[in-house]
Amino acid sequence: MSFLKKSPWVLHYDGSSCNGCDIEVLACLTPIYDIERFGIVNTGNPKHADVLLITGSINEQNIEVVKNLYNQMPDPKVVAAIGICAATGGIFRECYNIKGGVDTVIPVDIYIPGCAARPEAIIDGVVAALGVLEKKAEAFKSMKVSA
Amino acid sequence: MIKTALLIVGWVVVAPVLGGLLAGFDRIVTARMQSRVGPPLFQPFYDVFKLMSKRSVAVNKFQNFYMLCFIAFVIITGLLFFTGGDLLLTIFALAVAGVFFVLGAYSANSPYSNIGAERELIQMMSYEPMLILMAMGMFMVTKSFHVNDIMGFSKPLIAYLPGVFIGFLFILTIKLRKSPFDLSSSHHGHQELVKGITTEFSGKTLAIIEIAHWYENILLLGFIYMFFAFNPIVAISAIVITYLFEILIDNSYARLTWHFTLKSSWIVSGIFGVSNLLILAFLGK
Repeated sequence: MSFLKKSPWVLHYDGSSCNGCDIEVLACLTPIYDIERFGIVNTGNPKHADVLLITGSINEQNIEVVKNLYNQMPDPKVVAAIGICAATGGIFRECYNIKGGVDTVIPVDIYIPGCAARPEAIIDGVVAALGVLEKKAEAFKSMKVSA
Repeated sequence: MIKTALLIVGWVVVAPVLGGLLAGFDRIVTARMQSRVGPPLFQPFYDVFKLMSKRSVAVNKFQNFYMLCFIAFVIITGLLFFTGGDLLLTIFALAVAGVFFVLGAYSANSPYSNIGAERELIQMMSYEPMLILMAMGMFMVTKSFHVNDIMGFSKPLIAYLPGVFIGFLFILTIKLRKSPFDLSSSHHGHQELVKGITTEFSGKTLAIIEIAHWYENILLLGFIYMFFAFNPIVAISAIVITYLFEILIDNSYARLTWHFTLKSSWIVSGIFGVSNLLILAFLGK
């Protein structure tokens, strides 16, 4: 058992959403949902984070920002795209400045549907992401042993 | 001889365990104060073990070395203190540990980390006078700088040094990195300083910093113990009450500016600490 699952620290980034999903992400931290019960901490620092939560679609201006954040996170790490905009571009996908979903720039492990995604769905998604994180951690470990 | 060996092993092995439990307890009490459930008691240990398993990313060669020096000096400080060494030396060794921490943060080229380091220096400037006043006060009462003699003093030290204790409580909030004085690095990273002084550290190095903080917190509780050393039961209750008080303060204040921190801590050190020492001097004690 790795301890990653017991202490996932998240980094939250807003691509170009309407802010609805962001509010729901932060709602998870409030006393009603209290995700710190599962050891989840909102770090705000890519170097401390294990899970990258992205809300909103990717636009031409934040492509480099998202790549940079992703690259600064130490392995093993997972990415969760929250809400329909982060998954496909949503209602903004036809806009001139929108590139599309998060997976057009960085690999995404979990898609959390909704507009806006409900806090329950977000918690569910993060828990699913932890399963992926666990697998990645094992792969990372065997890579380290063989190296 | 055996007693010293036990004390050394106790400090090196038991102190981080106690420190981690204290951090877990702190997080639970904090959560309850905010009407949340909070993480499990062992959460700080899970965090540290997780950090150990992450890939090490260092921005330069010196960063990790400085952090090893930081934890080494914190451990040496504790050894000096718990084996009954010189209190003044303990305080200065703790300052050296703090300087290594600051150097580590300065070595990275991130503005957040640099501002955090500067603020840490300001914090050190705020609390050092009071720590030295504390050592002086204890010397004036017990006629010794040795922790052994201070701990073995039969009369209650708190009765002679109430002002010094109040001043010490004030700077304890700074030392424990609690609000309103968590200038250099806050528990919540999504704020103006990101993680301040620890922004550029990750993985194993961050785990080392966490463990060093556990050691430091236990050492500070040891300082509280000295004031009440005449009776261990009273001393331990005093430690518990003080720590709960610090958690309450942590949860009821927003962060203050460095101007206010520096001014208020020196004013409190002056009013309570210095006047306490003056009274002791006049009474010829």
